[in-house]
Order: sequence, then structure tokens, then C-alpha cells
Amino acid sequence: MSTNSDVDFDVNDRSLTRFDLVKEGARRDGVEIVHYAPRFPVPGTRAEKRVERAIALMLFLTGLLGLGFVVAYIWWPWKYTPGNGLQRLYNPVLGLTLGLSLAFLGFAIVTWAKKLLPEEVSIQERHDQPSLDERALTGATMLNMVDETGIKRRPLLKGALLVGAAPLGLAAAAPLIGGMIKSPKHSLFETAWKPANGQRIKLTREDGSQIRPEDVSAGGQATVFPGVPGGATNEHADSPVLLIHLREQDAQTLRDNLKNVAVNAEDGGAMWGNYVAYSKICTHAGCPASLYEQQTNRLLCPCHQSQFQITDNARPVFGPATRRLPMLPLTVEDGVFVAKSDFRVPIGPGFWERP
Amino acid sequence: MKQSKLDLAGLPAKAAGEIDDRLQVSSPLRRLLNKVFPDHWSFLLGEIALYSFIVLLLTGTFLTLWFDPSSNEVTYHGPYTPLQGIPMSRAYESALQLSFEVRGGLIMRQMHHWAALLFMAAIVVHMLRVFFTGAFRKPRELNWIIGVLLFWLGFVEGFAGYSLPDDALSGTGLRIASAIMLSIPVIGSWVTTSLFGGEFPGHEILGRLYIAHVLLVPAILLGLIAAHMGLLVKQKHTQWPGPGRSNDNVVGIRMFPGFAAKAGGFFMIVFGVIALLGGLFQINPIWLFGPYEAAVVSAASQPDWYVMFLDGSTRLMPPWEARFPLWPGHHYTLPPLFWPTVVLPGVLTMLPLFYPFIEARKFKSKASHHLLQRPRDVPTRTALGAMALAFYIVLLISGGNDVIADKFDISLNAMTWAGRVGLLVLPPLAYWITYRACLGLQQHDREVLAHGVETGIIKRLPNGAFVEVHQPLAPVDEHGHPAALPYAGWVVPKKMNRVGALVPTIKGFFFPIEEPAKPAYPSEAPVSPAPTREGITSGKQ
Repeated sequence: MSTNSDVDFDVNDRSLTRFDLVKEGARRDGVEIVHYAPRFPVPGTRAEKRVERAIALMLFLTGLLGLGFVVAYIWWPWKYTPGNGLQRLYNPVLGLTLGLSLAFLGFAIVTWAKKLLPEEVSIQERHDQPSLDERALTGATMLNMVDETGIKRRPLLKGALLVGAAPLGLAAAAPLIGGMIKSPKHSLFETAWKPANGQRIKLTREDGSQIRPEDVSAGGQATVFPGVPGGATNEHADSPVLLIHLREQDAQTLRDNLKNVAVNAEDGGAMWGNYVAYSKICTHAGCPASLYEQQTNRLLCPCHQSQFQITDNARPVFGPATRRLPMLPLTVEDGVFVAKSDFRVPIGPGFWERP
Repeated sequence: MKQSKLDLAGLPAKAAGEIDDRLQVSSPLRRLLNKVFPDHWSFLLGEIALYSFIVLLLTGTFLTLWFDPSSNEVTYHGPYTPLQGIPMSRAYESALQLSFEVRGGLIMRQMHHWAALLFMAAIVVHMLRVFFTGAFRKPRELNWIIGVLLFWLGFVEGFAGYSLPDDALSGTGLRIASAIMLSIPVIGSWVTTSLFGGEFPGHEILGRLYIAHVLLVPAILLGLIAAHMGLLVKQKHTQWPGPGRSNDNVVGIRMFPGFAAKAGGFFMIVFGVIALLGGLFQINPIWLFGPYEAAVVSAASQPDWYVMFLDGSTRLMPPWEARFPLWPGHHYTLPPLFWPTVVLPGVLTMLPLFYPFIEARKFKSKASHHLLQRPRDVPTRTALGAMALAFYIVLLISGGNDVIADKFDISLNAMTWAGRVGLLVLPPLAYWITYRACLGLQQHDREVLAHGVETGIIKRLPNGAFVEVHQPLAPVDEHGHPAALPYAGWVVPKKMNRVGALVPTIKGFFFPIEEPAKPAYPSEAPVSPAPTREGITSGKQ
């Protein structure tokens, strides 16, 4: 970037102004300052004073609001208590003071730059033409590097390097992959409804209480969980079930539709009377399909709007879901609902191994 | 011995001299101070993203001091009464404590969230600017690629961030993420159980997301942002065509003091806006959502805005499941979820990554480009961009189609079908309309250059015809015909005010603070003469 006229320029020349030095420095950096004029050629005009006052006011407000933030942060009642009170305004007051303080500082600096700093047009040369000579020299150096190792004419070393480096590379990846890898085993095919020790699992509410048929009136429904320890927690996120007590007519429709479904006919049918239970986990992306429309007996998943027709064995009738919600085979023992067995198909979103 | 007097005024100069003795920094430092930046409002968009990122680092560091990414079950006993006695994860409890029991914790949380939304918005708008002006062309393809990666990293970072509090929304989002992973052919179930450390939700995921959110992803983001800025400094900024501007120079102001002051001031303004948003506008009120329970979800479950387009694509996807036997007795499933959430993002990553090279090949352009192009001058690219934008907007709107259906009383199924049809119909339509609009705008520019600006003055000719008087932009010859002006790739004045027909506004609120400037005669108005291109182009050069 430096040109041959460097020698003509005497930095120590006393007759040069500082701006002459600035221009020379810029010139050596490939920058030409072609226009440089003060915003206010006559200092101290009313217009200039006005700008100065505006900036000073903004800086003053910055300080005032900044101080206001600190004061509010320390002394404003901040502890959350229910109901209306000054503490409800704590967050807005912090935001207003801090936000306006920062914004005023920003506006002050920008105004200073736009109104008081000299008007400037500078032109910088781009030097993006690659030097082909340099490229050739560097290329030769790099190729020479390879030659120096002699890897080309020492096939034994080439092979040995590969044999040595590859296992070490694997060793680097092994802890990460080996540490995290975990087999899905049967987890995607089983839920907590699987009878344990020959005992069928009871249907329970979130608080663990059992459910009797008379607890759910016709047309109603209830979210139920497997009656195992922690059955209602996220430990068993695959197990929530919607228990529905269909009206007589709807139940008959469902029974008619179920005749064609072999899997539900096992063990004397999966419904119990007019009661039916479906997995709540949407077969699309796993959200709980929990918006039940009583009039049409449709179950809607609020995440992606898949809709399931309960009276048609939870057939997906709209949206991206492709499969029915799995049915939980129901029966009643000692007056409370139990699951006859686990779901007969995997619940939830689809996956590769799903038959 | 005589003690040497401490020369306070000379101290900085002396210290600087000592430093230069040791490091020889004066010439690189001066080169940096003298670096020239061109000025245009659209160049500020990327800066917003940078400043939001700094705010994210600051507020995020504060949040880590209290947040505990633990999935251990606890019972809430804090001051927020509606949740008292409710079992929840420790992560959710600590997020509640941050909101209610840490002084200033809520504003920090809200600023963090708003800054994340702004970060992603600024990235997207900055990307549109770079695309539509052709700033991604050689030699800046690498910076474009880094930019695309920054978008996706920001996406992942944001998703990890809003999954952490373990409220109902974040748990639902995670469950969908696990379903997306499950949908990958062959390895899906292994990937899911490995990442979650077992069946969803498991006990590992919050801790893993946490370290990804506060260390891994931010470190990569920081490195890529540094590379992004480094390349910008090395390759210098692009500029709009204009007087004195060429492909071989940069015209603007030097970095110090002008550019740095403006940028610093702008940082403070962005910071201030985020603070105002964080203080005044509620965002992600996790205490209203409740802890995550696998069986509970509410209507209008929406992710953050930058994830919404993928939610939209998921909603619009028809239920096309592929099931096939690989060998007798064994059937395998390819869920429909795979296409809109794995394949589509893959395509949306690869297409933009390669776009600069595809375009250069199509336009047979091998030169370096430092001058920006007005969108109208490259109709093909602009129309392609509009097409992509239409595609994106349909997906974005569909991500909230249940809310729209609810608020405007439209059938939800109709919204879904409108989205499905719109996704196929609107992008080609956007392409066609944009292409025609670009050609029309080009033509109007040429018309004004040839005939002048419309004055709004109607003249009646002796033969009774009416004509509008035009103000030529170039000097006229003895017959009154203006000289031909070439198009310079920059704004052509199209209103009389633009060529100085009206007196400029006089400054001052109650009384004038300066003498009004004399109006320049229209014929003397400066017109950029640099002849770079001629005629309507299809963007090839």
C-alpha cells in the first residue's frame, strides 16, 4: 500500500497541520479523504448551540433515568405478592428507566455523530486482485512440504499412518457416541399398562384414586393414568389415556365399526359397556390429543390439528395423523376400571421399526 | 537525586509510544481507524442481530446464576399462589423463582427472550437484504454460507432455550422434537433414546439441552460471528452504485470517529428497545402455562415465531405414511412427520447454501462484485426470492392457523386446506408478479431518464390535444430534446421535489433556526452519470 512518495513526505515538517498528517496516514492506507467539512462552518451559531443543547439534554436524561433505574431496583417494592400493588409496576418501571436511559444515550451519540462530526466522504481502494506470483510461491512451499515428508515415495508410511490414525479417530468419537448410545429395546412397544406380576393395572386419576363406571356420566370423559407408582408423572409419558363414556347411540356405532377390527375383538372385546379408552398420545407427533368435541365425538390434537373420529375407532379424519389412536382394552374388576392388557399396538408417533 | 516530574499531559502519548516500541501496532491500528464504511440504512440490519446477540450473552449469563436444569420432582411452595403445592420439576421451579423471587430476574428473563426473538428476526431480514441486493455474490459466498449456518444455529439455540424452563409449552415442543427424531428412517428410535437417555422425557434431556444452550451452541455462534465479521473486514463492505463509486473502491466514512459513533449509538438504541420490551411487554409467562405434564396441553400451543414455519409445514402435511415390507413378515414405517420436519429443513438449508454458486453458473459470472444491485435490475433473482418468501409466509401463517381460525371465525379445516393450496399456488404467482413488477419498474426508470419527471402540469396543444409537461433530467438541445442519460443502477428521481423543485423544509420547531437554502434549478440538479449498465437486463452481466 505504501507508495514511492513516502520519501517525499516529512512527518516532522513543522509547517504541516495535524490534518495534513491525518490525510497522509489515510493515503498510506489507501484512503483518500475527498470531502471533509465541518457541519457548522461558523462556530457558535444558534443552530449549532441548539444541537449541542439537545445532545446535552439527552445525556442528562440518560443519567437521570439510569439513576432512576438503580433507585427503583433497590427501593421499589419488588417481592411478588398476589393482588394489585406497587410491586406489580416493578418490572415496567425497570424497563422504562433502563430502556429510555439506553435509548437516550444512543440517540445522543448518533446525533453527535450526524450533526456535529464533520461531513466526510472518503474513498478507499479495494485491493482484491490476487497476486498470482504470491500464489505460485505459496503453492510451491506447500507442495514442497508434502514432498519433504516423502509420503509419496514411502508407501509403507502412508499405510502405517492410515492404520495408526483411523483407530485414534474412532477413539475420539467413541466416548461421545458410546456414552450416549442407548437401545430403544421395547420401550416404544410397551407402556405402564402392561400387567405386572399377573395383576391388571387399574385406571386412576391424577391423584391416584380409582375410577368406577358411575364416576363418568354418559357423554363425559376423563383423563386417566396407570395405577402404578408415579403413573401420572412424566415417568410414564406414554401412558395417559382418555376414558370416554359414550352415549348409547354413539356406543352402538362404535361397536358396529369395531366388528371389522380383529385386534379389538380379542378377549371378549376392548370396550366395557358404553365405555371406551384411547391413548391420549397423538399418533402424529405425540402431543396429548385432548380437545374432545361431544357433539361430533371427535378428538382434536391442538398441536397440529389432527382429528380423530372416536365412534369410528378413533380413525384420523383430518390433519397430518395417519393412524388411529390405540385403544386400551377395558374391563371392570371389583367395581373399578382396569386395563385388560397393554395397548395392542405401539402408542404415539410413528417410527421405523413399527410394523 | 532529582526526582523527575510526572508529566500527566504527556502520559498517554508516552504510554502509547512504549506500547508501539514493543508491538509495532501503529500502522495496523491506523489502517483499522481509517477503514472506510459505506452508509445505507439497509446495512444496519445485520448490526441489530449482532447487538441482540451481545444482549443475549449479558442477560443469559445473569440467568445461569439462578436457573437449575434439573428434572428432579419438587413441590412448589413459592409466592405464586395458583401453583402452590403442585409437583413440578426443579427446572420449572427455578424458572419460577427467577421470575418471582430474584430481584430483577423477570426483566432479565423477558429481555433474554425478546432479544432472542429480535436476534432471529434481524438475521432473517438481514438475509433478505443480502439476497435481494446480490451482496452474496463472489467473493462473499463464504460469508453467505456462514450466515445461513448462523440462522440454523440461532434456531437450535432458541429452541433449546425455550425448552429449558420445562413449562407446558416447552415440554410439548420437546415431545414433538422427539417425535421428529423418531420419524427418521432406520436410526430414528436409536437417535431419540440416545439423546433423551431413554424413553421420552427421561432425566437427561434438560441437562444436555442446558450445556448445549449455554456453552456448545453459543461458542459456535460466537466463533461463526467472529468469522463473519472478520470476512467483512477483510473483503470490505459492498456499496450501492452512485457518484464516484465503482467496483474497485469503497466510498463512505472512516471507521473512527464517524462510523464507530453511529454504530455505538445504534447499539445503545437496540439495547434500550430490548430493555423496554422486556420491562413493558410480557413474553413467555411460564407461570400461566404450568409445569409440563404429558397429558396436558392447551389450545393455541405455538412455538416461538422462528420455529412457526416448521410447525406450519407439519400442520399442512397430508397424512401420507409409507409402510413397506423389507422382507416377509417385517413391515417398516416411514411416518409423514419425516417430510415436513426433516427433509424440508434439509432442503431449506442446502438450497441457500448453494444458491450463490447456482446463480453464478446461470449468469455465467466469474467476476468479483462489490456493487449492489437494485432488486428490480435482476428480475430472476428477485422473483425467486419473492417465491421463497411466499412459501415461507404461507408456512408461517399456517403455524398459527388455529389462532386465526379462532379469532376470525373461520373453519380450521378450511385454514389447513387454504394453506395446502396456497403453498403450491402462491409461490409461482409471487414469482410471476414480482418478475413483471421488476420489468415494469426498470421500464419506468428508463422512461424518466429519457423523457424527464412528470410535473403534473397539463398543457393543451393548439390542435386540442392534452399533454403532460415533463421536466427533463438532462440538459436539452436547441430543439428542446433532452440528452440521453444512461441508467446508473441507482435511484432515478421521479418526483419534482427530488430534483429540487420545492424549497427544502426549514428547520426549527417554533421559529426558523437557519436561513432557508435557495432552491436549485431542476436542470442543474445532480444526476449520477456513471455509465455502468444499459437497457433492461435479466440480471446477466
